[in-house]
Amino acid sequence: MHAGTSPSPTEQGAPEGRDFYRALVVRRQLILAALTLALFLSLCVDLALGPARFGLGEVIAALFTPDNVSQQARVILWEIRMPVALMALVVGASLSVAGAQMQTILSNPLASPFTLGISAGAGFGAALALAFGVVIIPAAVDYVVPINAFVMAMVTAFFIHALSLRRGVTIETIVLLGIAMVFIFNALMALIQFFASQQAVSAVVFWTMGSLTKATWPKLWIALGVLAVVMPLLARHGWALTAMRLGDAKAESLGVKPRRLRLEVLVLVALLAAIAVAFVGTIGFIGLIGPHIARMLLGEDQRFFLPGAALCGALILSVGSVLSKVLIPGTVIPIGIITSLVGIPFFLFLVLSHKKASW
Amino acid sequence: MVTLTLDRLSARYGRRRILSEITTPGFQGGQVVAVLGPNAAGKSTLFRRIFGLLDGGGTVRIKGATGERPVAYMPQDTGANAVLTVYESVLLARMQGRRLNVQADDLAEVDHALAELGIAHLGERDIGDLSGGQRQLVGAAQALVQNPEILLLDEPTSALDLHRQIHLLSILRRLARERGMLVIAALHDLGHALRFTDQAMVLENGQLVACGPTDEVVTPELLHRVYRVTARIESCSKGRPQLIVEEAV
Repeated sequence: MHAGTSPSPTEQGAPEGRDFYRALVVRRQLILAALTLALFLSLCVDLALGPARFGLGEVIAALFTPDNVSQQARVILWEIRMPVALMALVVGASLSVAGAQMQTILSNPLASPFTLGISAGAGFGAALALAFGVVIIPAAVDYVVPINAFVMAMVTAFFIHALSLRRGVTIETIVLLGIAMVFIFNALMALIQFFASQQAVSAVVFWTMGSLTKATWPKLWIALGVLAVVMPLLARHGWALTAMRLGDAKAESLGVKPRRLRLEVLVLVALLAAIAVAFVGTIGFIGLIGPHIARMLLGEDQRFFLPGAALCGALILSVGSVLSKVLIPGTVIPIGIITSLVGIPFFLFLVLSHKKASW
Repeated sequence: MVTLTLDRLSARYGRRRILSEITTPGFQGGQVVAVLGPNAAGKSTLFRRIFGLLDGGGTVRIKGATGERPVAYMPQDTGANAVLTVYESVLLARMQGRRLNVQADDLAEVDHALAELGIAHLGERDIGDLSGGQRQLVGAAQALVQNPEILLLDEPTSALDLHRQIHLLSILRRLARERGMLVIAALHDLGHALRFTDQAMVLENGQLVACGPTDEVVTPELLHRVYRVTARIESCSKGRPQLIVEEAV
């Protein structure tokens, strides 16, 4: 705007909005820092817990000066527990970011990998391998189930994508398509369980509960690599994605191309969700709860909302991992059960106690 | 100075033609142009077509523009409920297509746009908490903060009270004069059009039925033909044209 053509806000005596805005930015940076700190603490506690218990000091020492702790502690913490604990962070962040962006591009608070059928598709792919040994793409034994899950998740995402390209398909139609996919895959899963052996049914049921225990370093690197690639690609569209929450008409008026952006983001988040679900099974609600908490804490400016959603999702799953070890001593409860049992009441509490509606 | 000329401009939704070969003389920067016409005449479609959101035949010719994005467009209010403050939503409009880093001059522009429209006090409010009229002013701020050379406003006063209607139109006319900006606004109040706009284009069923200086275009005959009302135009004591509508026919 042309300075000098009219009185500046200061000259008019109006409050300086930029001061308020700068304070808001600092507050959000502090919240992100606090979430990061909480995440680190949760990671340490998660590492400390298990059949062999370690003190927090010992864990922190093993993290930063591994040579100063015993060989046994180093092996347990770095080789056995670290991939699982880090996988909780990566999967939590991936699912939460996927949910956050699905909610953003579809303008629907219930959109998530779970509700759009991507998780159900992955479950079906995994069940095919577990029950009948169906291999979609030949791979090492360890990766057959994840690859099946990944392929079916991506097939689901592209099916929704392809249908969404048809003329006259609205955001509501896409969400309904997702729900239809969930029901289709649930029926197919039931069919598989009907024909499969009892042992195979157990394997399928356990997989659908979601579990971090099969995490390994190579799987972790793959999941982390995908997250590390997708996050900057999403961040690149930060302003455009924030504008999407103002509605398509407003976003278009600001130069955003909603249809193209929606398709690009859908592919990216499908990739995130597919990888996460492929490696750890169906962990529900993170993609729903993580973004909502991030939105309440940080608003919807994507520069804060995107990392916030990642941190919230990672924190929730990490805390879930801790709870899965301590709720019944000596037993590690599948993490998917924990996220549902603990996450949903917590989520309802947040939503009902929050003064303003987010949607 | 920027000029905008429409040459046989058409627009379609699917197979349905909404605009038919709209041709206008060059509208110049510094002017305020009213887009008039009854409901469903094609006014919103015309804005979307000019802004490039719709396909169709014909040409939108812009000459003399200096910026990369010379045109800003404010659509009709859509009532979004995002978790953003007013300040953030105006900053967002400023930052589209730019880097993620916000600079001090971006914040100064946002402050200035909010102050221009008299809504600096709303900066900290969530946009979901605003009234329809306040949202409309925020929409205007989002368009202004882009520093456009051509400003397209689709019914910018439809949700405003009388005071704010006059206030907003006065500001737009002043900014047009001061900055050499071309303001094109869809208006339903022909009295406002007579008072605040220099040129008018009248649409009916997707066709341009009149175009020229507002006081020459808005006549009792046109009102009868396009709006189906009987009306007369008189000069008030200050010499301004006043529209007096008698009845619908």
